[in-house]
Amino acid sequence: MIDKKLSKKLNVFLTIVDKPKKGIPIAIKDNYLTEGIRTTAASFVLDDYIPQYSATVVKKLEQNGYCVVGKTNLDAWCHGSSTETSDYGPTLNPHNTKHLAGGSSGGSAAAVASGMVDFAMGSETAGSVRGPASWCGVVGLKPTYGRVSRYGVIAMGSSLDSPGPITKDVTGAAKLLKIIAGKDEFDATTSGNLVDDYELALTGDIKGLKVGLVENYMLSEMDSEIVKKTLKAVGLLEKLGAKITKVKTLDPTHAIGVYTVVQRSEVSSNLARFDGVRYGFGRDKFGEEAKRRIMLGTHILSSGYQDRYYKKAQKIRTLFINDFNELFSEFDCLVGPTMPSTAPKIGVTKNAAMYGELADILAEPSSIAGLPAITVPCGMVKGLPIGLQIIGKQFEEGKILNTAFAYEQNKKDD
Amino acid sequence: MNKTRKMIKNQKKYTPVIGLEVHIELSTKSKMFCGCPADHFGKKPNTQTCPVCLGLPGALPVPNELAIQNCVKLGLALDCKINKWSNFDRKHYFYPDLPKGYQISQYEDPFCYEGQYLLPSNTDGRDTEKRIGITRVHMEEDTAKLQHTTLNNPSGGESKKVSLVDFNRSGVALVELVTEPDFEQIEDVLIFGKELQTIARYLGISEADMEKGSMRLEANISLREESSDKKTLPNYKVELKNINSYRFLKKAMQYELERQTKLLLKGEVPSQETRGWDEAKSVTFSQRSKETAKDYRYFPDPDIPPIELTDDQIKKIKSQIPELPSQKAKRYKKEFDFPKNYIEILVQDKQKSQYFETAAALKPELAKQIASLMVNKNLDKDYPEPAGLIKKIVQLTKVDYSSTDDTTSAIEEVIKNNPDVVKKYDEGQGSVVGYLIGQTQKLLKGKGDPKKISDMLIKKLQKWGGK
Repeated sequence: MIDKKLSKKLNVFLTIVDKPKKGIPIAIKDNYLTEGIRTTAASFVLDDYIPQYSATVVKKLEQNGYCVVGKTNLDAWCHGSSTETSDYGPTLNPHNTKHLAGGSSGGSAAAVASGMVDFAMGSETAGSVRGPASWCGVVGLKPTYGRVSRYGVIAMGSSLDSPGPITKDVTGAAKLLKIIAGKDEFDATTSGNLVDDYELALTGDIKGLKVGLVENYMLSEMDSEIVKKTLKAVGLLEKLGAKITKVKTLDPTHAIGVYTVVQRSEVSSNLARFDGVRYGFGRDKFGEEAKRRIMLGTHILSSGYQDRYYKKAQKIRTLFINDFNELFSEFDCLVGPTMPSTAPKIGVTKNAAMYGELADILAEPSSIAGLPAITVPCGMVKGLPIGLQIIGKQFEEGKILNTAFAYEQNKKDD
Repeated sequence: MNKTRKMIKNQKKYTPVIGLEVHIELSTKSKMFCGCPADHFGKKPNTQTCPVCLGLPGALPVPNELAIQNCVKLGLALDCKINKWSNFDRKHYFYPDLPKGYQISQYEDPFCYEGQYLLPSNTDGRDTEKRIGITRVHMEEDTAKLQHTTLNNPSGGESKKVSLVDFNRSGVALVELVTEPDFEQIEDVLIFGKELQTIARYLGISEADMEKGSMRLEANISLREESSDKKTLPNYKVELKNINSYRFLKKAMQYELERQTKLLLKGEVPSQETRGWDEAKSVTFSQRSKETAKDYRYFPDPDIPPIELTDDQIKKIKSQIPELPSQKAKRYKKEFDFPKNYIEILVQDKQKSQYFETAAALKPELAKQIASLMVNKNLDKDYPEPAGLIKKIVQLTKVDYSSTDDTTSAIEEVIKNNPDVVKKYDEGQGSVVGYLIGQTQKLLKGKGDPKKISDMLIKKLQKWGGK
């Protein structure tokens, strides 16, 4: 079913299921455990690992008529925003194979963008769904932290990880979210909040919607074309009846530090179970990036450094939460560009250990605040797609999906 | 003379400084963070596991509410303060029995803290209670179990030394209790350990069986100069670990005190280390040096939301705490004035004390006999129902009376020997019966049943008179 040749060319799938069950084909990022189907997290440490159980999300999808057709490439352990840290090599951008698909859910984004599937699952810690979806010109939704179960998804930053759909269109994202959202008895951090009917939420009516246009997300170093296209997209929202107001958030550059400290700490702890005793391979199989993160996280959590880094980061994290709370007391959603640039060329991460953290600057603030956000394609810049980012209040996925839907239905192709 | 005196004066005296770390495995049905059965003793290895307790990728912990309540219950029983907001932390270290590379435990905010236990008076010549500070009582998960063994090569080659891991125990709910270094006598440590076991059983939270490993005692032991300030702790401590019975623990502590005294008298400071007990050689031996503190890199487990305990919840848990053994002991002393060993035996076992209380309620005047037969003859084992024991006691008391035949012949003799008195009876002087009973009792050497004699005598007298 999967075009193996195309998959190989773009390096999309790490495992293709030979005889998939009947159902709607869905591609699953290779950090979701799939019973009986090899799951590697794109690391040689788990090169031949075949899980005994499936992630809650995978189970729910299968129960609702979807079938796993393959496991998609990612940055090893989700450590990156390019798929260049994958031990199996980077995934290429279907729009231009000299460029990257982005990451960490690059394989899933490329699988949808290349037409191999209409539905895919990615997962986001900060930008790993939105980033590659934006760069590949597809829809990516990062749900509220705790909206979707993390059970069976190989942990990266446990206080941030949010499994989310990557789809051809907004309706697809709403369909998948409806299935995967909700309380899971196997994940204590999932919320018991009622799950909305996200498909019904897609009315296309955004009259009177209070939208904050985040001015300071238009970074000075940004390509002016990206700014222009983003403003044009926001203009369409206004035309459709939304009330646009320019707003400023807490400087997103501060989020980079907070995110890095929290995530590295959690990474060092989460990867401790791959200690060489089980799973067949030793710790020498860890790639450069994983080793760097384990070392940095271990250092941060060491006694004497915790107060200086980890606890301080948590305090600033609270400041971001408060900042968003204030904005959301006035606005239904916030909009801006998803990524500061278009998909970069292959090799961009070489000697750039912090590449991902910098590239994800516009995703990090909402991630550390646990907010839902969606990216919807809003045009091309020099032949590569860009995305409009819509950030919502906690558990208001319905609202951002509908805003994205209204835009998607009314936009005119470039 | 002068010289000897000087030597004695210079011979320093030391006081033991002992603190305890106690682990108690809770007897909840399921493990701490997953649904697997918690009862692992004697089960086939690795038959009670799941992704969570195997620490598989992607698996997440969901805390066991009953276990948390039981931990709080123990804390409350030990007079602890309860943290209304607490959370679980990850404690990192590498060991093959720890599949996640960290143990889920509690660090900064344990469920219970700052409690106390009062060691009873009248022990070791102490005439007041002694306070033992309880530093904290917190919740964590047990590790898997390692089994170091030798496997025979079936094809006849060399046998192989292996370490096997059994994950049945991995993730079982474990309460850790830490005391202040307030113990100054070995005997007190043992009393506390046994009392803690009894408390756990009274609360119904664990069998706290040292031999089965559901209670593990570790003693931090050192010596300070007798004349030194109590608050200044010695500059070293030795941790006695992996000792699975009170008997061995006692021996190990005794050995340590002697060993450390010798070193200190020589002017040496014992090394900071973990030591185990070698029963065959009757010595403690060094297991691990603890000169440098380990960095466990504790941080709040992001997989488990903080746990809030409301006043109502705490109140409810408190209301479930039964009369505790020490309270019961005081009450028995007051109500029944039993000897110390009676009280100890009755109170030690919750079921035994319940049995006693039910029986004593049936026949309060027999309380002492009930206790005596339970303590000295274990009769409660023969009579599952307390009422049965009471019946037996009544029967037992009857056996002491003279038989009916003896009583009959004694009565006949008294009547024969006292015709005058009998005549008075016939004439209507009923009061003479008392004299005749007395005479009969005399012949029976006081062993007669007074009621029986009276009944039979009157019957006989009436018969006699009728003649």
